[in-house]
Formats: sequence, structure tokens, C-alpha cells
Amino acid sequence: MAIVRALRVPLRLRPRFSSLSSIAGSISTLVIGEHEGGAVKAPTLSAVEAAKYLGEGNSVSVLLAGTGSSLQDAAEHAASCHPSISQVIVADSDHFVHHLAEPWARLVQLVQQREGYSHIVTVSNSFGKNVLPRAAALLDVSPITDVVSISGPNQFVRPIYAGNALSTVRYTGNSPCLLSVRSTSFPEPTGLCDICVTHSYYCITDSIRKSRYVKLTSQETERPDLGNAKVVVTGGRALKSAENFKMIEKLAEKLGAAVGATRAAVDAGFVPNDLQVGQTGKIVAPELYLAFGVSGAIQHVAGMRDSKVIVAVNKDSDAPIFKVADYGLVGDLFEVIPELLEKLPEK
Amino acid sequence: FDQEKKIKNRESFSFWIPSQSNVCCPFKLTLSSLIVARVEHLSPPAKMKIMVAVKRVIDYAVKIRVKPDKSGVETQNVKMSMNPFCEIALEEALRIKEAGLASEVVAVTIGPKQSIDTLRTGLAMGADRGIHVEATGDLFPLAVAKLFKALVEIEKPGLIILGKQAIDNDCNQTGQMVAGLLGWPQGTFASKVVLDKEKQEVMVDREVDGGLETVCLNLPAVITTDLRLNQPRYATLPNIMKAKSKPVKKYTPEELNVGTKSDLEVVEITEPPKRKAGVLVSSVDELIDKLRNEAHVI
Repeated sequence: MAIVRALRVPLRLRPRFSSLSSIAGSISTLVIGEHEGGAVKAPTLSAVEAAKYLGEGNSVSVLLAGTGSSLQDAAEHAASCHPSISQVIVADSDHFVHHLAEPWARLVQLVQQREGYSHIVTVSNSFGKNVLPRAAALLDVSPITDVVSISGPNQFVRPIYAGNALSTVRYTGNSPCLLSVRSTSFPEPTGLCDICVTHSYYCITDSIRKSRYVKLTSQETERPDLGNAKVVVTGGRALKSAENFKMIEKLAEKLGAAVGATRAAVDAGFVPNDLQVGQTGKIVAPELYLAFGVSGAIQHVAGMRDSKVIVAVNKDSDAPIFKVADYGLVGDLFEVIPELLEKLPEK
Repeated sequence: FDQEKKIKNRESFSFWIPSQSNVCCPFKLTLSSLIVARVEHLSPPAKMKIMVAVKRVIDYAVKIRVKPDKSGVETQNVKMSMNPFCEIALEEALRIKEAGLASEVVAVTIGPKQSIDTLRTGLAMGADRGIHVEATGDLFPLAVAKLFKALVEIEKPGLIILGKQAIDNDCNQTGQMVAGLLGWPQGTFASKVVLDKEKQEVMVDREVDGGLETVCLNLPAVITTDLRLNQPRYATLPNIMKAKSKPVKKYTPEELNVGTKSDLEVVEITEPPKRKAGVLVSSVDELIDKLRNEAHVI
């Protein structure tokens, strides 16, 4: 059941703090936040960054849910992690230990009904994708998901057809406007700033639980996170085996890069699913993207087309990947990768 | 109307009969509903219906073209197919039925007249019945979810399976919205589904950012499918012939009492910014040189 926590910490108020949208026409944003190990996760900062584009004087509140001291630590971190944040709302309940969609959507609905934000923003990662539409249904509004550009409080651009077209949509409904943004389109700023007021919240969720978390199977890795790495090295089906994929990993290590894979490589069992880059996998936009043995199918390109520099190595000179690559090398990856390993400088 | 209410009360009761470990809150029971509860608890529901959503979209291999007037994407004379994620959804439903855990698979499509083709494909794959809600114009996921909910109230399935996203609008919203509107648990981006009819629950492995998450949902539930859940079957010739005589029920949004006016408006459809043309390099040395001295990325 819900635990009420009433900690009110009187701290310096930010000069630009504006009251919530009880004043008609003003913008106020609730960011649905994630935290881990006592700190707010990077994607949440992207969402806060995106909220800036909704309009002037936008007061941003971050909603964190969970339980225990890691939640409290994360709340303190949230209070000072971005200049736009003026409020942190904390929901403390064991319903949120595993961040299931059902209690989360209900929480968002309750917070919205009580506080009346004009906008609710999250990042379109697997958490945001799972929760936001359900919350939107409870609030009876259409969400706008996977936004790459915000031009005001009601107009957004989102990719369709695997990013081969862009759709500009206008939200014409009543508050709240719910949106999820691509973190690659709104990179988070670095550095700490003023601390703001921390608030607590009643968390009243239905006590009948229709879903429960069982387990998470994940790979332990020291590689940088694929979602925000500066360099990504991706392998396709041409690697032929999980053993050969180790070459990709070696190259990634040399470059301090994350490892990515095409759907074909994941389907073939060379690597786990969380390395998949593509329309229905992860969307990445690193400084440098190296694709080895990747044909360049529409669905894969959808996941990496916003990379700053794209390098492709493929034996087939007609592979579609060369149309999107900045530098293409027609050659055998089994020769090119060892040569690169030899000639590239140490990171 | 009274009859409907009665059915609703009975129905809402069957939702509240999960296994003991999940029930943790008392609520008001009337005598008749208690009796219903006892009867339903003694024998698990024998006839579970699965509803599957299928959508007609531009084929995944087609290179799409944006119309010069920016009003949309060219669909005239373009190959249309069942959304790949919907094929996977239907395949999963058929497998569950073939395992003896469901009695009927109902395929549902919501769209213009031509969507019937996709429905017939679904029937050819093995769905028992089809439902076509004929609706023209841009339908956003909220309207689709509301129409779906109206159908659920008529058909009363024990499980709903949808594709996680349609490859045209890439929204990835409808399944979650249907679950929210119905108040059912959701298992999204499923890469494995295991039904336990005795316990009236379903274990779903979900593909998430950090790997694979396993959740356990009480039935009735909503599942959305990800790519690796299964490999859909091809419709065999005998099944294509059989599909012609399988029943298809038609509805309109008006008949289902669902308004389709949206709170979203498409302003324009444009092409994404084009990348500058790339160059082919002839050796690894040249590549390293360019990356270092031209692109400045290493």
C-alpha cells in the first residue's frame, strides 16, 4: 500500500520559479523520471532538456517513484541536476520497485488530476514507451510519441515509415499534452546547478495487482551504453558466428565504443537483443558509427541515420548501406577489422 | 440495458478471480455474484477467446515516397501487406489455440474498405472469424483503442494480442492504450509468451533496453508482440480456400458508439534531411586518414 512521506526541505528557491498552470495559458511540465543507484538516469535529463522547447517560463517537475534510500538519494540528485527543474515529486511505494506500467500509469493519472500540468514528457525508451500511452488512455488524450523536434507548446515532429518521412503534428486537445521524446534529439547538458524545492506526494494506487515482475536477464558489460555512446561499432549477419563477433567487441574496446548489431545478427543468436539498432530496436546518433557486414536495410538505417559520421565496410559494392555512409570501404571485414585493430591508435 | 448491466456485473467478476496469491483487497460482494464467483472458480474457463488486431500497411520492403504536396505518403499502386508485427501476433494466437489453450481466434481490422484483404489473409492463416470496423480517414491510436474496447465488450476475449507497432506510423501506442482503457495488465514487446490456463496467468518475456524482462500477468491481459516472438506461417492453399467462407462481421464506429474525432492534426508530411553524399575509400589507411584528418572523429 501507499506510504505517505511528508519531507519538506526548505532550500533556496530558483528565481524563475513560476506557479503551476492554475494560471490560464501558462506552461508547466511533468517529466516522468527514472533513477538507478541513487541518481537520476540520463534519459530523464533529455526529457527535461526537451521541455525547454515547449515555451518560456516552463516550470518543470520531475516525478520519481520507487522505494527506500535510493529513491531519496535520487530525489536529491534530481533537485540539482538540471537548471530547468523547479520541483521534484516523490512517490514512495513498493508498487514501484520494478517500474511496471500499470501502477506507473495510474500514478501519472493521479498526479495530473491533482496538479494539472499542461504537458507531461518522458523519453521514448522501453520504459517511456510502455508507460506513456497507457497513462494517455487513462487521461483520455492522444500522446505524441518519439518526438524529434519541438516547435512550441503544441507542434511536434516525429518520424514515420522507419524515419523515411517526418510527420508534423499539432495537438489540438485540452491539457495535458503527453509526449515522449527521442533522447538522441535532445542531448542532456552536463554540470550541476541550483538546488530547488523537493516535494513529496501521496501515492494511492489500486491494491489489486494484476501484474508482477519476475526477473531481468541482462548482460554484464563494461562497454558504454549503446543509447548514448559517442562511437558505435555494429556487426551484421556477415560476422557468421558469435565467436567472430568478438572481433567487433575488440574493435569497440579499442575505440572506447559501444557494440551494436543488426536484427539479423540478433536473430541468429550472435548477440543479445539489447544490442539491436534499428526501427524497432535502439535509435542511436553517435559521433561515429561503423557498420561491418551490414547490408543497410531500411529498418536498420532507421536506427542510425542521425549519426554524425557513418562508415560502412561490406564485400558487396551494391549494398544499400553505401548510400547512407559517409565513408565506404568495399572489402572483406575479416581482413579490414584486423588491419584496423593494428593501425588504429590506442584510445 | 438492464441485460447489459447484468452481463457487465458477471463479467467484471470473472476478472477478479485470480489465484489466491494475487488477491489482497476485499471488496463488496452481492450474493448472486458470490454464487457466480464460486461456480467460476471451481472450473477454469474452458472457452477462451483470443482477439488479434491486424493492420493493412505499406509493405515493409517498399521504398516510400512523400507526396510533393506534403499531404502524406504515396499509397496509390503501392504494395500493401499485413503489418509484420500483426502477423506475429496472429501466429502466436494460433499457436496458443493449437496447444489447446484457447477455443477461438478472432481477427480484427479497423480501416477502410480495402482492409478486408488483410482480414482475409488473417483468416487464411487460421483465424476462425473476422471483424472489420470500416472507418475512413486518419485514425489515431486513441480512436483505434476505443473501437477495440467496444469490440472487447461485445466479444469478451480472455486475451488480446497486437503487434507492438505499425510500421507506417511507428506509434507503438495502441496495445498499451487498449490495456489502459480496459484496466487489464499489459505485456509489451513480447519475445516469449507462456500461458498457464490453470492459474489464469501468462508469463511474458519482454525485450527492454537492459535485456529481457519477465513479467507475470493475470488473465485477461493485453500482449504486444516483438520481432523475435515467432516466425509467422504462410497461408496454405486449402486454408486460403477455407478463408473465403469464414464469417466476417462488419461494424461502423457509429454502431459501436465511438467518436473518431481526434485531438491531433497532421500539419504536413516531409522528407527527412538528406545526408551529404559519401565517398568510397580504397584502403584502411585512407579510411583512418579521412576519419582523423577530415571528419575529426578519431
